Amino acid sequence: MTSERKRQEMAAGVRDIFPAMIAAAPIGLLCGALAVAKGLRPIEASLASAAIFAGGAQFAALELWRAPPPIFALVFSTLLINARHILMGASLKAKLGYFSAAQRLLGVAVMADENWAMAERRAAAQPLTPAYYLAMGLVFWANWVVWSAVGAFAGSLMGDPKRVGADFAFTALFIGLVAGFWRGRSTAATVVASALCSALAYRALGAPWHVAAGALAGIAAAWAYAARERA
Amino acid sequence: MTNPMTIDPLTIAAIVAMALTTYATRIAGLFLRLDGLSSRRAKAALDAIPPAVLIAVVAPTMLATGWPETIATVLTALAATKLPLAATVAFGAACVVALRLTMSG
Repeated sequence: MTSERKRQEMAAGVRDIFPAMIAAAPIGLLCGALAVAKGLRPIEASLASAAIFAGGAQFAALELWRAPPPIFALVFSTLLINARHILMGASLKAKLGYFSAAQRLLGVAVMADENWAMAERRAAAQPLTPAYYLAMGLVFWANWVVWSAVGAFAGSLMGDPKRVGADFAFTALFIGLVAGFWRGRSTAATVVASALCSALAYRALGAPWHVAAGALAGIAAAWAYAARERA
Repeated sequence: MTNPMTIDPLTIAAIVAMALTTYATRIAGLFLRLDGLSSRRAKAALDAIPPAVLIAVVAPTMLATGWPETIATVLTALAATKLPLAATVAFGAACVVALRLTMSG
């Protein structure tokens, strides 16, 4: 690939992930501020965002956080919430034909819901290049680390993020991303099954379980719908 | 008070344990074979992974938080069919703020 073409791919990656970076900013601020409110030091909260880089799991961990930290419970919750990465990675794997081994290892390290969704969308239209994917992944990672560090170091100065609807930005972002994957009634069946099972599991069992319950129900619904259509 | 730049070994252990767990889930998919699945139903199930995962993460906010969030979800979903991503996010946040103000009074 020429360096000019590589630059174009990198620019396209950054452009595509930009709306998600804006949406993630208040979530990152909130995550950092909440961590400090829970007793983590600002440097520890920043380090956590850099090393873990998984908003859902980090918020769940803050729910469980106390001193000394309950490491087993934290790891278990993280595993349940992030088990979706296994499916995401398996689905992405088929699109990584142009990636070296090192690019794959780095690529999955910066894989999050948003940049993975963008990569899948890109791969549906044209080959996924390392330049596009890694530029997108790395800026999205850096964005999360910077905003959570700002939240951690300036947390108490910010006031309530709910006042500007920042806590809903994450939900609105995911709704917008799902619209990009819409394939008609099959997707509708998936969305309804996932939403209902996730909400029920959340009510019945509590925080980490809803992700696995909803994801599996949504996938099962698509499977069942395809079977019905054939009959 | 503690120095804001110092670190606690147990906190670091917890962060490292969570980071390793998360990386394990991220890398595991590379070793999982889904390409053998070629039936129509299996393809439909694979296509469903992105929306199923994304909705499962946010469903508690959409359906189990309160009426302002649930109504904002419906409005945001309608907006998402017309607006680009960034505008959808701004619209959703504005909806939830307006609905919370209206419905709390």
